[in-house]
Amino acid sequence: MVQDSEPASPSAEQIEVDLRNPTVAALWAWIWPGAGHMYQRRYAKGTLFMVCVLGIYFFGLTLGSGHVVYASWRPADKRWQYICQLGVGAPALPALVQSRQVKQNGKPWWNGFMAPPLEISEDSGVSDDLSKLHLRYHTFFEMGTLYTMIAGLLNVLAIYDAYAGPVIVVGKDDSDTDKPPPEDG
Amino acid sequence: MPEAPRHSASYFKSVRRMNQLWYAVPLIVSISLVYGATRHESMGPILNNAVRAASWIVGFMATIFVILWAVSWFV
Repeated sequence: MVQDSEPASPSAEQIEVDLRNPTVAALWAWIWPGAGHMYQRRYAKGTLFMVCVLGIYFFGLTLGSGHVVYASWRPADKRWQYICQLGVGAPALPALVQSRQVKQNGKPWWNGFMAPPLEISEDSGVSDDLSKLHLRYHTFFEMGTLYTMIAGLLNVLAIYDAYAGPVIVVGKDDSDTDKPPPEDG
Repeated sequence: MPEAPRHSASYFKSVRRMNQLWYAVPLIVSISLVYGATRHESMGPILNNAVRAASWIVGFMATIFVILWAVSWFV
């Protein structure tokens, strides 16, 4: 049980949160943003996390037409951004499937959705598939990457909230907590 | 007939870049709400916290904008 309290203000909320099984909740929260909170019956917060995280994730994915989320760890294309994007959970996992498919068969599924660029050159002056993506989507490629990365990082906060409950906000003057509540009248 | 105002190419370029700032709005809203939600459990305090966080982010961005704008006059 976690108590959400704000001692600085006498009218602050005092709510007990039943976290059920925190590990299971955290796992659900990672698999699908907001699902961990739904499991804990914290429906309002679950909906908020789901809308915010998935909203900006899919918006970013749309900006780059599904090409901004991909998994690649080749010498000329270390896609470290995917580590952040992976925070969203299941919606980012098709990139791993595509990466494996490209590695084994050389041809991606689903019209290249979330697939790594096929041709990558270590020479910066050569036009490869990655540079073609940048040329095609201009700033939207970077913007889509940023959106999806932030979505993943925000979901890490949501996972922590599902595991440990809300961060207790401590007021400036802790001695306020020891004072009795003011009497009416 | 009055002549239409003429704008340079850099003017249109800067206006186009200003329009790109709208892409920051969904990010600011989402970040503020998620940050607020990790600090509180009820919707009222979450929204209050989100408004404060959003104001802080916008203020921070505005400060950086003014600094860079001022620097651009000297460079």
